[in-house]
Amino acid sequence: MATPALAASAQEKLTVYTYSSFASEWGPGPKIEASFENFCECDLEFIALDDGVTILNRLRLEGKSSEADILLGLDDSLMATAKKSDLLAKHNIDLSRVNVEDGWKDDTFVPFDYGYFAFIYDSEKLKNPPKSMKELVEERDDLKVIYQDPRTSTPGLGFMLWLKTIYGDEAAQAWKKLATKTVTVTKGWSESYSMFLKGEADMVLSYTTSPAYHIIAEGKQQYKAASFSEGHYRQVEVAAIVKNTKHKKLATTFMNFMLSDAFQSEIATGNWMYPVTNVLLPTEFEQLTLPVKMLTCDSEEVDKYRKAWTREWLTSLTE
Amino acid sequence: MIIKQIKKVQIPGLLLSLGIFVFVSMAVGTLLTHSSDLDLAMVWSDSYYRHITKFSFYQAFLSTLISVVLAIPISHALSRREFWGKSFLLKLLATTLVLPVLVAVFGLLAIYGNSGLLATIFAYFEVKLPFSIFGLNGILLAHVFFNLPFACRLFLQGLNSIPQKQHQLASHLGLKHWNKFRFVEWPYIAGQIPHTAGLIFMLCFTSFATVMALGGGPKSTTIELAIYQAIKFDFDLQVGALLALWQICLCAILAILIQKMSRPVLLSTNFQGTNNTFPHDTLLSKCWDIFWIAFISLLVVPPLAMVLISGVNQEIWSVIADLGFWLAFKNSIIIAAFAGLIAVICAFFILLASRQWRLVGLNNRADKIEMLATIILVTPGLVISTGLFLLLREFSSFSSLSLYIVIAVNALMALPFTLKSLSVPMLQNAQKYELLCSSLGILSVHRFYWVEWKSLKRPILQAMSLSFVLSIGDLSAIALFGSHSFSTLPLYLFQLLGSYQLDSAAVVSLVLLILSVGTFMLIESLFQEAECQTKRAKHD
Repeated sequence: MATPALAASAQEKLTVYTYSSFASEWGPGPKIEASFENFCECDLEFIALDDGVTILNRLRLEGKSSEADILLGLDDSLMATAKKSDLLAKHNIDLSRVNVEDGWKDDTFVPFDYGYFAFIYDSEKLKNPPKSMKELVEERDDLKVIYQDPRTSTPGLGFMLWLKTIYGDEAAQAWKKLATKTVTVTKGWSESYSMFLKGEADMVLSYTTSPAYHIIAEGKQQYKAASFSEGHYRQVEVAAIVKNTKHKKLATTFMNFMLSDAFQSEIATGNWMYPVTNVLLPTEFEQLTLPVKMLTCDSEEVDKYRKAWTREWLTSLTE
Repeated sequence: MIIKQIKKVQIPGLLLSLGIFVFVSMAVGTLLTHSSDLDLAMVWSDSYYRHITKFSFYQAFLSTLISVVLAIPISHALSRREFWGKSFLLKLLATTLVLPVLVAVFGLLAIYGNSGLLATIFAYFEVKLPFSIFGLNGILLAHVFFNLPFACRLFLQGLNSIPQKQHQLASHLGLKHWNKFRFVEWPYIAGQIPHTAGLIFMLCFTSFATVMALGGGPKSTTIELAIYQAIKFDFDLQVGALLALWQICLCAILAILIQKMSRPVLLSTNFQGTNNTFPHDTLLSKCWDIFWIAFISLLVVPPLAMVLISGVNQEIWSVIADLGFWLAFKNSIIIAAFAGLIAVICAFFILLASRQWRLVGLNNRADKIEMLATIILVTPGLVISTGLFLLLREFSSFSSLSLYIVIAVNALMALPFTLKSLSVPMLQNAQKYELLCSSLGILSVHRFYWVEWKSLKRPILQAMSLSFVLSIGDLSAIALFGSHSFSTLPLYLFQLLGSYQLDSAAVVSLVLLILSVGTFMLIESLFQEAECQTKRAKHD
């Protein structure tokens, strides 16, 4: 019988770049790692980076010599930019199990979860939350909000696109108005969420699924997502195989595993997002606010204008 | 012709100096040529970059102004009063220069932050803290915390060099307070102002870790931080390189202006001047001096005390049990030790080359060779490390390269300081022994051991400890390469602060404080003891 150490060295190793909250001990990473290693008899290693944007930039910096086999945790708005780097391979995964609104056809990226951006508030403290983005931005001077930097964080980028789809050419004005109610813009999601829980702001940018965490993990009912009449922006989180991987076969196995029940059933209560296949959801998810309308933005368009829109945001904040 | 004048002993140093220059230019060049859609006009006509340039100047100007103006009454008060704990206070003022930025930031947050000591006291009286430490306030506070003590010490050194005779004369002439200050003391302070202000301005202008930790959003960003953001957030290497060139140009202009306006003053840590005789004491002037001494004590002591006090908490065990902490600790020690060693060796060889020229009066040439090696002072560390990585990535993988790159960049960043502290002792050594060595034929290794090492042991170890301490607190070289699997203590501390784990951050701050200030003080006191013993031996 081989000792575990010997067995491990003989095994193939799959390296996955992901964001830190996915790989952390309270995220879905460890459970997924255990069940995949059981299934493939290989070694799966998550390399934790700050955020989705960082994952892509790390790959671009490392170029062809990257050790990554899979990137997990980019989102749909970054897809065109990521493809342009020419560092990602096309997959041949059967996507028929994927069940997201509008369907999924991409040949490089495979989705693993999705969610809708929303502002979260404490209903015991805030009795009359805004009912639309316009109300929040233009009318409510009594509110303090925290959101994330669109340059570093995928929720921050999603929020920028959300506001842009609602305001269009008047976004600069909206950013300026919002700036007067902004406590701070944080680098990542977790900083802003813990600041909100400490009471530094009335509302924080997060997902409609965030209250599920408080209900299931903490038994607290007071955290709610404010429903906006303009609709909510959808984020699909995706993974892709790196072109220069030496473990293409194992990477494909992982991508297929990603759409299996073993992986998907960890999403709802591990990553606090919606799974992309029809696995059973915890009953508490029924209490969550569903958006009146789903907003999205074409990824090609995002790639084309992201710089200009980020600059618009930066300039509005500094003037 | 010049080639003929070069001695064999100079060759390694010259090659090193030239190598460093080529190395830095190549790193910047790699970034510039990495992608093809270069649009200079977009960068310079961009209102955001104009804003950060303005902000860099604005915050550096305010930081300098506050530090220099406040240092005048404080150093004046310190020069004419003797009190219990004065020498301890002066030692503390000296430590702010070697204190890792993030440790100081942690101490300041513990006092002035949203959940700091002041906020707790205010909350007791049910008042909200009237200011936020994030943004310009915090940047200014931290810069003043670092630089006001520095300015005080330089001014104090000026005041202490007033000859005893002038004090006596002033008292004979009946010059009191204001008049004595105006006619006797002010000229000595004024002589220090241009150089001090220039240095502080440069330090604040290129400030990175302070602004990164306390900046709070795009409104308060410096050029140095924008370079980091361009590279790390947008992967826009060209904008990063262009901004770096922009900063290099501005710094070079500033440096030339400063050079024109002032003569450099050497700072000695153990300066003992004459005492200020001060016969015309009044209650008012007593109160005035007490106020300023209390002011500087209240600025410097509480943040450092908070690091010490809050570092001992219940999280100590969980930090010690965390593998991540020990990995960061190990990396920090390895990086700082090797960077220190390399910096001192490079400085030694470069000075071997330059002092040969100084001996025969070719000072200009010697200055140039030393300048080439200090080019890193105006080049952001992040740009060097990124460029270096892009150059080397064809040959090896990211994770195996990052440690070596961080060591190399830290060694480069420490080099100007080791050069500065070794240049005078090495030149003096050559003046004393050069002829003797050539006549006795003491060469190479023998010369190094019997002549250089025997008499330069102290400055060499001091330079090494200085670069060790500077590297152990550095955040800029590691900033790009850091991940959860490769970090150093400052980066680990930054991650903890970012995720609001303040108790754990307190423990790590304390460890860093002990490592940096502890090393510095230990080396100083070891030598003092050794000196005492040699003196005693001589007496026996």
